[in-house]
Amino acid sequence: MNIASSGLRLLSCTAALALSLSAAAQAKDPNAEFEKFRAEMEESNPAELFEIKGEELWKARRGPKNVSLAESCDLGQGMGKVEAAYVKMPRYFADADAVMDAERRIVWCMVEKQGFKFDDIAKKPFQGGNDNNAPEITNLVTYVASGSRNMKFDIPLGDPKVRDAFETGKATAAYRAGPYDFSCNTCHGVDGKRIRMQNLPNLATPEGAIKGVQGWPGYRMTGGVMLTSQWRMNDCFRQQRFPEPKYASQAVTNLLTYMSGNSNGQIYKGPGIKR
Amino acid sequence: MKTLLFAAGATVATLLLAACASGPRLSEAEYRQMAIDTIKRDFQAKGQAKHERVTQDEVQQACNSYLNNPPNELMVKLTSAQLAAVKLPADGKYLGDWKEGEKIAQSGRGFTWSDKADEPAGGNCYNCHQIGPQETSFGTIGPSLLAYGKTRGNSPEIQKYTYSKIFNAKAFNLCSEMPRFGHAGALNEQQIKHLVALLLDPASPVNK
Repeated sequence: MNIASSGLRLLSCTAALALSLSAAAQAKDPNAEFEKFRAEMEESNPAELFEIKGEELWKARRGPKNVSLAESCDLGQGMGKVEAAYVKMPRYFADADAVMDAERRIVWCMVEKQGFKFDDIAKKPFQGGNDNNAPEITNLVTYVASGSRNMKFDIPLGDPKVRDAFETGKATAAYRAGPYDFSCNTCHGVDGKRIRMQNLPNLATPEGAIKGVQGWPGYRMTGGVMLTSQWRMNDCFRQQRFPEPKYASQAVTNLLTYMSGNSNGQIYKGPGIKR
Repeated sequence: MKTLLFAAGATVATLLLAACASGPRLSEAEYRQMAIDTIKRDFQAKGQAKHERVTQDEVQQACNSYLNNPPNELMVKLTSAQLAAVKLPADGKYLGDWKEGEKIAQSGRGFTWSDKADEPAGGNCYNCHQIGPQETSFGTIGPSLLAYGKTRGNSPEIQKYTYSKIFNAKAFNLCSEMPRFGHAGALNEQQIKHLVALLLDPASPVNK
């Protein structure tokens, strides 16, 4: 598939979406209707466009040090290997002496190996509704995630450092603060609840946790943007009325370790589509 | 025999080690403290959401420390203090306009870093509660409030309770998931009166 044809496909997808969503709005259960539509959409997933860009970026010699990530970045599966890397992160990386999720690790490689400045990447790490293009880091994460399509989550929780991140993430999800006394668990701590019509997964269960990480990175039809798990965590804290989690910080990794770890043994379907 | 016993002991020790390695290394309280330290370091102010928001007040601390189930003595003490701090309307009137209440119940805006700080906040009510029968897009985190007034009546005691509950849900149930709208300064006296009317006015669709 070349980029031009996937661009065309993107347009036709958006048109189909508009029609289908208006039909779904009149249906009795919009959630079920949307899920059905999304399953059909994933046959020609717009996320592929971003995977292709990400692959080019992964293999290109770039940055002040003019090296590629393919020849310098170890995601835990050997130098430059992306296969099965995403479903095995967060993991502990000795060279950084830190537990890192996929996005945090790629940023670390861009800074340490290619010589990019962290602040330049962190300045605008997520695609906004008015941006034509996703940031490079989003394309890279999408490419790396595509290397784990249809593989089982296998976060190494037996590693004490990963286990610490998992347990700290669990405590972070339960931490109530801010003007509304909200925690992650206010919405995501029990089964079978909704906000308005939106179903809320219980992140403490395997079935709920997989819903929290499945489909990310995802092509979000609201706004037509490509977004990662880092963005999803950021937007949860916005709605929680918290201040902002710093980009690619340990606090975000801890939460992703908790959610991904609880998803262990379940199949990750690859970059997806979100409403 | 000694060798056998030693071998058995070593096996048990190995099994124990393996079990410890895969389980949590620290206590729940220690991980909670690590989470708090990490949050304080890794969060930054944005828009109206200042960094101080990640610091717990005494109610949040009690609920966080005891997983939303603090010991009775502490619970009674803090709940009483929250109730004592509820500011009732000076004019002694609790019922506003239910039509205005419906608008406030529908609105979910306010207090996020992307909201403007100088615009009034909404009540977020439909996010969690069923309220008016015409609104089918409602959440289920809180109980249904359909026919709230019809089943409870409209006595001054019920009016005062309903006002106080919206002002500060923690004055009745310390670790309730419901925000303390008056206490937090999210809703003002007039807005809460409108919401009380939405729930209690016999003319409100909630009670039809």
